[in-house]
Amino acid sequence: MDALLLVLAIPLLGGLLLALWGHREFAAELNAAVSLLTLIAACWLTAIVVRDGPLLVWAEWFFVDALNVFLVTLTAFVGFTTSLFSRPYMRVERDHGKMTPPRMRLYHSMYQVFNGMMLLALTTNNLGILWVAMEAATLTTVLLVSVYRSAASLEAAWKYFILCGVGIAQALFGTILLYLAAERAIGGGDTTLLWTHLARASHQLDPAILSLAFAFLLLGYGTKVGLVPVHNWLPDAHAEGPTPISAVLSGLLLNVALYAVLRVKVLADGSLGTGLPGQMMVGFGLVTVVVAAFFLSRQRDVKRMFAYSSIEHMGLMTFAFGLGGPVANFAGLLHMTVHALVKSALFFAVGHAAQKAGSQAMDDIRGLLKVSPTVGWGLMLGALAILGMPPFGVFASEFLILTTAMRELPWATPLLLIALGVAFAAIFRRVQPMVFGETSLRPLAHPPALLPVFIHLGLALMLGLYIPPYLNGWYRQAALMIGG
Amino acid sequence: MSIGGILAQLLAIALALALAPLLTGWVNQWRAWLQNRRAPSLLQPYRVLHKLFNKESVVADTASPLFRIAPYIMFGCMALACGIAPTLSTDLPLAPAADAIALVGLFALARVFISLAAIDIGTAFGTLGARREMLVGFLAEPALLMVLFSASLITQSTSLAKIVETLTHQPFAIHPSLAVAGVAFTMVSLAENARVPVDNPTTHLELTMIHEALILEYSGRHLALVEWAASLKLFAYSCIGLALFVPWGIAEAGTPFAIVLAIPVLVAKLAVGGVLLALIETINAKKRLFLVPEFLTTAFLLAVLALLVHVLLGA
Amino acid sequence: MSLLLAQSINLFAVVLLVLAFAMIAQRRILTLIHLFTLQGVALVAATLVVAHLTGQHHLYYSAAVTFALKVVLIPILLHRVIIRLNVRWDVETLFNIPTTMLLGIVLVIFAFNLAGPIARLSTSIAHGTLGIALACVLLSFLMMIVRAKAVPQVIGFLSMENGLFFAATAATSGMPMIVELGIAFDVLVGILILGVFMFQIREQFDSLDIRHLEKLKED
Repeated sequence: MDALLLVLAIPLLGGLLLALWGHREFAAELNAAVSLLTLIAACWLTAIVVRDGPLLVWAEWFFVDALNVFLVTLTAFVGFTTSLFSRPYMRVERDHGKMTPPRMRLYHSMYQVFNGMMLLALTTNNLGILWVAMEAATLTTVLLVSVYRSAASLEAAWKYFILCGVGIAQALFGTILLYLAAERAIGGGDTTLLWTHLARASHQLDPAILSLAFAFLLLGYGTKVGLVPVHNWLPDAHAEGPTPISAVLSGLLLNVALYAVLRVKVLADGSLGTGLPGQMMVGFGLVTVVVAAFFLSRQRDVKRMFAYSSIEHMGLMTFAFGLGGPVANFAGLLHMTVHALVKSALFFAVGHAAQKAGSQAMDDIRGLLKVSPTVGWGLMLGALAILGMPPFGVFASEFLILTTAMRELPWATPLLLIALGVAFAAIFRRVQPMVFGETSLRPLAHPPALLPVFIHLGLALMLGLYIPPYLNGWYRQAALMIGG
Repeated sequence: MSIGGILAQLLAIALALALAPLLTGWVNQWRAWLQNRRAPSLLQPYRVLHKLFNKESVVADTASPLFRIAPYIMFGCMALACGIAPTLSTDLPLAPAADAIALVGLFALARVFISLAAIDIGTAFGTLGARREMLVGFLAEPALLMVLFSASLITQSTSLAKIVETLTHQPFAIHPSLAVAGVAFTMVSLAENARVPVDNPTTHLELTMIHEALILEYSGRHLALVEWAASLKLFAYSCIGLALFVPWGIAEAGTPFAIVLAIPVLVAKLAVGGVLLALIETINAKKRLFLVPEFLTTAFLLAVLALLVHVLLGA
Repeated sequence: MSLLLAQSINLFAVVLLVLAFAMIAQRRILTLIHLFTLQGVALVAATLVVAHLTGQHHLYYSAAVTFALKVVLIPILLHRVIIRLNVRWDVETLFNIPTTMLLGIVLVIFAFNLAGPIARLSTSIAHGTLGIALACVLLSFLMMIVRAKAVPQVIGFLSMENGLFFAATAATSGMPMIVELGIAFDVLVGILILGVFMFQIREQFDSLDIRHLEKLKED
């Protein structure tokens, strides 16, 4: 309970402190320290949940179980490593004149508030608060994406706000419908929207309302997940915002949105009992994977390309969770973890590379190995990992998803394989000349923070070779909870 | 068909013929007042009619008999429309002959003839006016039908008399669909009666006029009939609107006393309606001709919305 | 009397819908703001009636919050923004009103169809209103799509929030208070951010035309 309070309070207090001192020279260190404290608190919380089982506290307003506790740890972890990466990265941006002290203050403060909102969304038991936290997280990222105040970043932020505003409004309508169904089944009041109550009474919820509610919630939170056809904001926001923000958007926010979908899916499954929610997710996921794969090959901007790769992987996860069952859910959760690690590592590497080249266009980034071998290898290994090369963890999860798909939905497997092949060709063709070949890049004043890149890749490698038993236990428990 | 019914019918038509110019005069007077002008006398329309009836009627050499007949047909249609609309009583011998749809048909008939007559003479203005009039009509009629349909959905009948009877009899209830239909009906009436956002009855500017361009070639008693018919049309529309949306005070079968009582009620309602019309005409500017279809489409879609709302809410 | 009050909720619902429709058909920014304010008034009235009928006290608070936010604060902010940005008399010319409204009618039919089966299940006093609320949401959505200027897009966003709020009050007689407060807070912060954005967009592009914001496209 104290651990949970710390997990939620530290980032928000940190945001407050950084709102005061975010423009000082030590702000980046303070930012990292706050993130580290959050990570420690999250680990403590995890230890408690592992020891005592699910945690239902504060008049049942917060609920931590196997499903969200691993996401809390992941969020705190990637939040911490990203704060390490952001330290040298944002200093270079400041030297280049893209960031001024007031912008630095806004950036640091919003970074912590954003983390806090994601943690709130993950741990709250109230689906209404979940919505509020998601919207608040959107608002903070809108400010973060537009932090450069350039024409392109303003455009990206405006699109992001309007599209996600519309999307999240659909989610609110879905939540209202859910409340309507719950009011009929278990009566109105402050406790009606608590997920644990709803899950207990899910078979009593009216199926007609629930199917409509799930459709709205899937579309609404799906906008934040980046599902096609409501994905348009994602590449712009990733490409035009600061790179640390691209890393946390891809690595964390999309996961949190998908987590919201999963929570609702459990309710819809309980009420409908027909597998319709799963089928909807399979459909959206499949379309997303295929469309994103074909868009990948048309990208010229490196961050846009990896943004499309995120869309593709989110589609794959949605597909896996849509299939349901212990194996596919296990694979989906594993994929969530490794994708978050590898994709944020990739964005770290890409961020340093783009700063060296002074451009995000892939044609301008050449021969990274000559200038800084570590960044080059980071990018190369990250790209291989994200493309599902063994022995990285992505391979394990993709393999599991594909084999399950072959058994459950044989017709979908060739589509997935083609999409993965196209994505492989598109990314590899682009990354190879960026890493090898002649160079025109210049060294930077602040040495890059490469530790996060290799920690992430190392973890992804480990998850591909060996999943520790307690982690395995979590995944299995969580996979059972999602059901399907 | 009762004697009382026949008497009520005759009284209704006589009242319409007598009061229609007065309503026009009333609206004109209020319009002048609201626009800070000195108002013409309330009886001015009667004087104009009197003057025109006493004048010689000049007809162009190229005019066919159609041109001479059209004013009579138009006047007849409008008088009949006033007879069908439940102004004083719902026990009307003419009412079963024509329901709401036939009423729209009557207005259309008058429109077709006056437009044909305007084309018949072969002047540029006549053709232009006819074309514009048909444009307005073709957009306004579906909207009017939709409005009437929403009312008949509530009462399960297309007969105007029946609609009014049902609406007055049931306990007072708020019909959201009727509220929307009322807005749509007001917009259609403005267009159909050549009122300000669509047409200006007092202008003879060739760029904008619709109704005046149609009747430019008429003179003497023909013009008098056309003008009188226009007044009757305004009167008929006002009565339909009042009957649908403020149905109280209209007498029913077998109550002669109620009919006598219905007359002052009707006059009061028309007086208020006339002031509102003058107000609308004052606070709105005339729309460009190209924007008229937009205005009428809005009216039509509002009427459709009323229907949809009725289907959804059942009220 | 209470029957009439219950019916008046339907009336306010229809007023909301008609105003959403009017917003679609309105070219002038100033009039749009007036329409939005009126929508807020209708929303407050509906909330008050529901509060009175169901005896739920927290709905009075949420009506007060709505009044302060949607009838007073946000319209004033919008007025100040359009005066400061000097777009008070701006007129949007480049969209076809009849076609847009026709699309709107299609959306209304779609919404009514979708909500029809659910309306019959609702125990709330105003069961038919869910369809109207959904229609309002979709109409505002349409408005955000067809408009090319920043201020109308923002008004569309806000009017969508109105539709959602109406769904919450009328169809379910109010979400839990804390959720409603959270939503209100998010909306307020959102509108402030958008307001700041409008000035920045203006600074960058010398115009509030969103069509300038089409540089980021696929090659």
